[in-house]
Amino acid sequence: MLKSDKKTGLVFFPAFDWAIDPTHPEREERLLYTQDQVMEEGIFDINGITEYKPELINADDIRRTHFCVPDEASVTTESHLISAGGAAAIGRAVMEKEIDNGFALVRPPGHHAMRIVHGGRGFCYINIEAVMVELLRQQYGIKRVVIVDTDCHHGDGTNDIYWHDPDTLFISIHQDGRTLYPGSGFTGELGGPNAKGSNLNIPLPPGTGTEGYLYVIKNSVLPAIEEFKPDIIVNSAGQDNHYTDPLTNMNFSAQGYAELTTLLKPDIAVLEGGYSIEGALPYVNLGIILALAGMDYSNVVEPDYHPERLKQASNVTDHIKRTSDIINNYWKKRHEMREKAGANGTIQERHREIFYDTDNIFERQKERIRICRECAGALEIDSQAMPGSRIMAVHIPLNACHACKETAYDMFEQAKTTKKYSKIFLQDRPKDEYICF
Amino acid sequence: MIIGLDVGGTHADAVLLSDKKVERSIKVPTDTSNLFNTVLTCFNLLLENIKPQLIQRVVISTTLTTNSVVQKNIDPVGIIVSAGPGIDPDNFRRGNHYYPVSGSIDHRGREIKPIIHGEIEAAAEKMKKDGIKYIGVIGKFSPRNPSHEITIHSILKHHFDTIFMGHKVSGKLNFPRRIATVYLNAAVFSMHKNFFNAVTDTLKQKGLTAPIQILKADGGTMNLHTSMEFPGQTILSGPAASVMGAIPHAPDDKDILVLDIGGTTTDLAVMVNKAPLLEPVGIGRGKHKSLIRALHTTSKGIGGDSEVTIKRGAIAIGPDRKGPAMAFGGNTPTPTDAMIYLGIMDAGDKSLAEKGMAQIASKLEISPQQAAEAIFTKTCSKIVELTRKMVERINSKPVYTVHEFLEGYKINPQQILLLGGPAPFMAARIEEISGIKTTVVPMSSVANAIGAALARTTCEISLLADTEQGIESAPEENYTETITRNYRKDDAMKTAQKLLEKKAIQSGAIEENLELELTEFQEFNIVRRFSLQGKIFRVKMQVKPGLIKGFSLAS
Repeated sequence: MLKSDKKTGLVFFPAFDWAIDPTHPEREERLLYTQDQVMEEGIFDINGITEYKPELINADDIRRTHFCVPDEASVTTESHLISAGGAAAIGRAVMEKEIDNGFALVRPPGHHAMRIVHGGRGFCYINIEAVMVELLRQQYGIKRVVIVDTDCHHGDGTNDIYWHDPDTLFISIHQDGRTLYPGSGFTGELGGPNAKGSNLNIPLPPGTGTEGYLYVIKNSVLPAIEEFKPDIIVNSAGQDNHYTDPLTNMNFSAQGYAELTTLLKPDIAVLEGGYSIEGALPYVNLGIILALAGMDYSNVVEPDYHPERLKQASNVTDHIKRTSDIINNYWKKRHEMREKAGANGTIQERHREIFYDTDNIFERQKERIRICRECAGALEIDSQAMPGSRIMAVHIPLNACHACKETAYDMFEQAKTTKKYSKIFLQDRPKDEYICF
Repeated sequence: MIIGLDVGGTHADAVLLSDKKVERSIKVPTDTSNLFNTVLTCFNLLLENIKPQLIQRVVISTTLTTNSVVQKNIDPVGIIVSAGPGIDPDNFRRGNHYYPVSGSIDHRGREIKPIIHGEIEAAAEKMKKDGIKYIGVIGKFSPRNPSHEITIHSILKHHFDTIFMGHKVSGKLNFPRRIATVYLNAAVFSMHKNFFNAVTDTLKQKGLTAPIQILKADGGTMNLHTSMEFPGQTILSGPAASVMGAIPHAPDDKDILVLDIGGTTTDLAVMVNKAPLLEPVGIGRGKHKSLIRALHTTSKGIGGDSEVTIKRGAIAIGPDRKGPAMAFGGNTPTPTDAMIYLGIMDAGDKSLAEKGMAQIASKLEISPQQAAEAIFTKTCSKIVELTRKMVERINSKPVYTVHEFLEGYKINPQQILLLGGPAPFMAARIEEISGIKTTVVPMSSVANAIGAALARTTCEISLLADTEQGIESAPEENYTETITRNYRKDDAMKTAQKLLEKKAIQSGAIEENLELELTEFQEFNIVRRFSLQGKIFRVKMQVKPGLIKGFSLAS
C-alpha cells in the first residue's frame, strides 16, 4: 500500500451548495473536478494521509481578528464559518502533532477580507487564515507566524490585518497591482510604523513563469523566513497564477506549485483563489497534496502542459530579479525603518479608502496607531461605509504593553463621549474580550 | 420454504424457514479443506424428509473467497492499466503480470491521449506466453468514460476468454481500488465458478431447482449469473450475515448497535431504522481496500475465548485466542472461565475455570473471586469502549456540503443487539456499563443463517448526465443515451430508477422487494466565461440492504 513520507492532514470542504451567484467564478462547481481527481487517485487511502472534518467556528473566533459591522451574523453565512473552521481543524491537528502538515481545501476564500468587515471584497467576507492564526495563538500560545500568500491577487486583507503586527511576517507574491485586482501590493507597502518590513509585497509582472516564482521563493522568501524564525508557516495557496486561469495573466504550472510547496514547507496550506476549475485545480491541488506528503509528483501534469510554451521572457526574468533585490534590501533595513518611522509613544494617522467590489460598498478609514517599541501598538479605526454606518474600532494587540493598553482604553472612552458612531468596538486580545458599545 | 446457509471459519450454520418460523436449524463443523462437503452435509441434514420442490429460495454465504485470498490460493491475473497524469500506476501493482499502458481520460470523461494498439498486443503476447488465462483491464476515470477499457477489451478478446473491466465493478471514483477489485474478481473467478457449478448440479440431482442466491458483503444477495461477473463481492459475507440476522429484532426508527461476540473476535455494526450502514467507498480493511460494497463492520480481537494476561500489573483481554477456555480443556484463562467461575454461565468444568482464575489472582495478589469479577467487567467495558469508538469514527466522517454539515446526521445508539455464544451472559453487564438498553437476539447462534436466508437482492447504479456534452450514461450498465439541454433532475431520476430496477431483476430480485433509495444526488452548473454552458447531474441509487417480505420471524 502507498505510504506518505510525512503525515499530512486534509480538510476537503467544497461547499457544493454555496455560491455568490450561479455564474460567479466563486460557485458550487469550483472544487468539483478537484474532488473527482482526489477521489480517483485514492488520496484518502494513502497510509499517512488523514481526512479531517472541518470545525464550525463561532463569533468569538471571528472577533479576535475582525470588526464585523453591524455584527458577525450579518456578514457571514454558515459556509464561511465552516471554511474558516476547515483551516482551524488543520491548524489544531498540526499543533496537537497528529500530523506534520496539512491542507485545507475549502471555499469560500478569505484573503481579501480586512480587519473591518462591512461586506464582501474579492469574493471574501472573513479572513480564514487570520481567524485560524489568532485561534492558534489563543489556544496554543504560539507567537511568531509567517503567512506566505501565493494567490495571484494581492492578499490585501491579510496584509491589512497584520499591517501593524511585528510578530507576523506576511509575504504576498502576486501579479503586479497595476494589471490586476485589487490594485495594491507594491514593494513599498511594508507595514505600519511598529512593523515595517514584516509585510513584504512582491509584485510580479504578467507572464511570470515557474522560474520566476521559484526565484523569489529561493532568493527572498526563504531567507526572510529563516531569519524570522517562525513557530508556524502558513501558505495561502491560491491557484490562479496558473497558465489557464481566466482572471489572471501568469504562466505557473502544477509542477511549479508542487515544487514551491516542497521549498516553502508550510505547516498549514489553505486554498484561496483559482478559477481554472478544470484545466488547473485538479492537477495543482493534487501536486500540492503530494508535495506536502513528501511523495512523488513528477507525473502530475495538466493535459495541455507544454513547458516550452510557458517559458518566461528574459525581460520578465530581469524585472523579477530587480524586484527581489529591492525586497531583500527592505528586509535588511526593517529595524532601521521602524526606528525612523516616528517617536516612541506618539500617535500616527493614516487615511484610506477601501472599495468592497463584491458588495459595492465604499469605506473611508481614519486609522490612529500608537508608535511603540515594545508591542504592536494601540490602534483605533474610524470607519465610515457608504452605504452603511460609521463605527469606531479599537484594537489592543495580543502582546500589548501597559502604555498601549491604557491608550486603547482612552481611545474607547473618548469615542463613547461623541455621538458620531453607530457602534464602538473594543477588541482586547490579551483578555480575549470583545466589547460592543 | 427457504434455506439460509452460512459457512464460517470454524462451523457452518444452516436454517430451513417457513413463512412463520424456523423449521430446522443445524450447526456442523466446517471442513476447511473441503467446503463443498460442508455445504453438502448441511443440505442433507436440512432436507431430510422434506420435499425439495417446497424450497423456493436458497441463499449461501461462504468463506470460499476470503479463504482463498488469505491462503493465496488464487489464479494468476494479467492486469492492464491506463492511467494518464497523476500518481505513478506502478504503485498499485497487483500480481506479477502488470502492464501500465498509454492513454488518458479526464474527470469529465474526455479523451486526452488515445490507447496505442501495439502496446496492448505486445502485453497480450507476453501474458499468453506466461500462461495467463484471466485478465483485468482498468482505466483511470473509466466510470466517466469506459471507451478505453472497451477498446483494450476488444483487442484482448481474440487472445483471452475471461476479461474483467474496471467500469463494470462500480460507478465510484477510486483508481487504485478499482484495480484491486478487478484483480480480485479475476483471481477468484475460476474457483468460484467451479464451486457453485458443483453445488448447483448436486442440488439439481436432489430435485432442488429453486434459484440459488449468494450473499454479498453488503448484506444483499445476487444470483449465480451475476456472481460470475463479480465473484469478489462474496468476500466477507459472513459478518454481513450476522448483521442481517439481527434486523428482525431491531426496532423501527432507532439507531442500533449490533455486536456479534464470538470466541475470538467481536464484530460491530450500526443500524439506522432497521437498515445497516454501508461503507462509504467499499471494503476498507487493512491492505485489501476495494470498491466492493460492504456493510460497515469492525472486527476486534476480543471474545469469550480471548487470552487473559497481566500487562504492567493490570488485566488485559485479547487480542489473541490461544485455544478454548480452561473449563473446556484449554491452557490459558479466558473471559468464559471468569463467567463460569462467577456462576453467570453454567457450562464446562467449573473447577478448571477456578484454576484459571487462581492463576490470575495470585499474580495480582487478589482473590479468585475478585480476579473473575475484574476480568468479566474488563471484557464488557472494553466491548462498550469499542462501540463508542466506532460511533465516534462514523460521526466524524467528513461531509461535502453546507447542508450535510449542519443537518449532519449523528448516530445516537438507543439499543444494543447482541449475537454470538457469550452474548446472553454479557448482556446485563454491557447494559449496565453502557447505559444503553441491551438485548440478545433470539436463536442468536444461527441468526447469521437466518440473516442470509432472508436477505434481499441488492445492487446500486450510478448515472451521469452532462448536458454540455449531451449525454447521459451509466457505464456499469452499458447504458448511453443522448439528451437535450432541457434535461432536468426528474429525467435523471427516471432513468436511474429504470436502470436500477432492471439491474435488480436481472440479479435475481423480486419486484415486491425493491426498496429503492437515492444515495447521492448532485447537480452543477457548468459555467465558462461567465455563462451557463450546461449542467452536470450525478445520481447514485441503490436497492437498500434489508429483508425480503413475507417472512415474519419477530420474537
